[in-house]
Amino acid sequence: MDTLKQELKENIVEQLNLEDISVDDIDDNDILFGEGLGLDSIDALELIVMLDKNYGIKLTDPKEGRAIFESINVMAKYISENRTK
Amino acid sequence: MRAVYINSVGSISSQKTFDNSQFLDEIVSYEDNIILAVDPNYKDYIAPANSRRMAKGIKMGVVASKIALKEANLDNVDAIITGTGMGCLKDSKKFLSAIIDNDEQFLTPTSFIQSTHNTVGGQIALGLKCKGYNFTYVHASVSFESAVLDAKLMLENNEASSVLVGGVDEIEEYTCTLHKLINHIKEEKVNTTDLLGSKTKGAVFSEGANFFVLSNIKQDSSYAQIVAISTYNTIKSTNITDLAGTFLKENDLDIEAIDLLVLGNNGDVTYDSFYNELSCGVFNKTQQVYYKHLCGEFNTASSFGVWLASKILKTQKLPEVTKLNDIRASNYNTILLYNQYRGENHSFTLLRKC
Repeated sequence: MDTLKQELKENIVEQLNLEDISVDDIDDNDILFGEGLGLDSIDALELIVMLDKNYGIKLTDPKEGRAIFESINVMAKYISENRTK
Repeated sequence: MRAVYINSVGSISSQKTFDNSQFLDEIVSYEDNIILAVDPNYKDYIAPANSRRMAKGIKMGVVASKIALKEANLDNVDAIITGTGMGCLKDSKKFLSAIIDNDEQFLTPTSFIQSTHNTVGGQIALGLKCKGYNFTYVHASVSFESAVLDAKLMLENNEASSVLVGGVDEIEEYTCTLHKLINHIKEEKVNTTDLLGSKTKGAVFSEGANFFVLSNIKQDSSYAQIVAISTYNTIKSTNITDLAGTFLKENDLDIEAIDLLVLGNNGDVTYDSFYNELSCGVFNKTQQVYYKHLCGEFNTASSFGVWLASKILKTQKLPEVTKLNDIRASNYNTILLYNQYRGENHSFTLLRKC
């Protein structure tokens, strides 16, 4: 699980071009959207594509993302339970 | 009809032009066939949260516009008009590569959103919360001139009082590879000082953004008046002298009225003949300068020419490095700019001291 969390942090920083934020700055329980890490709706779409591409998880309802992308901990749990690759 | 003035400038180029208090005081020399813009500290101008999705072209455009607005002491404008020959190439390449690499699956939105030609104009408007007229001209090497012409018409007809106008293009690696294959980029590396002596095919490619606040209200700090601008898609080489004469006649001027000729020579042996015809012909007694050895060639490089001419008119100083001949005008009141790229998209721009 720790490897997956590290991988998620690296992907988020790289794919979302989070300037001035390093992997070490993201806590497993940090809120990713809104006042937390400051991600927005375009980032949500990027993360939906990342779930599909990297873990074979298709989110048909973007609203599902709101709960799944709450934090690294929540994301990692969802991915480990639903991944197909 | 109201007169149109250049009230401020903002430039990002392969020279350190982002500081308006300087005027080519220090020249950056290159020995290459592709040169990149000198980056200002973008974080001084754009918050990281906003800049993280911006490729270099967008950053250059946004920062150049901010510099111009600050100098004009404006928080907003009535219209934003942008010229770009190739648009946001980096994001276009990223998006198209993703389509191919991922077999048309897993397409992410960011690079697609940022890849459109009007992204720069859009991002400037978002930053300013400007809901006015916003237009982007994609007319190859007269993109910038088309933007200026649109702004000029608006201002002359009093449809706006201040318009932000600019030209922006960015370098993208793969596109450069293709331009090299077809000899649009010189095969050999060329020294900045020897561009016109290279006598080979192609140009030294580069990138940049030059923005201007144009207004029909003159300020003490105004740089110049834009008297006239004309573009021509195709002409015969032998017509350029006649065309220049006609352009000047339309503005009640003759050759002798021009204090300085600003030429867009890029050292391409195939097409510099257009410039040579003017410089060695009817303008052989006129002081001449060139600038593409400083800023390189790109579709909106002529916007650097307008930046240069504006600075000369305001400061009455002419950087040694730009001199094309040894004739020296006593002062600079009227400047004619001529540009073309690969024998097409010619333009004449007439600026006057104000």
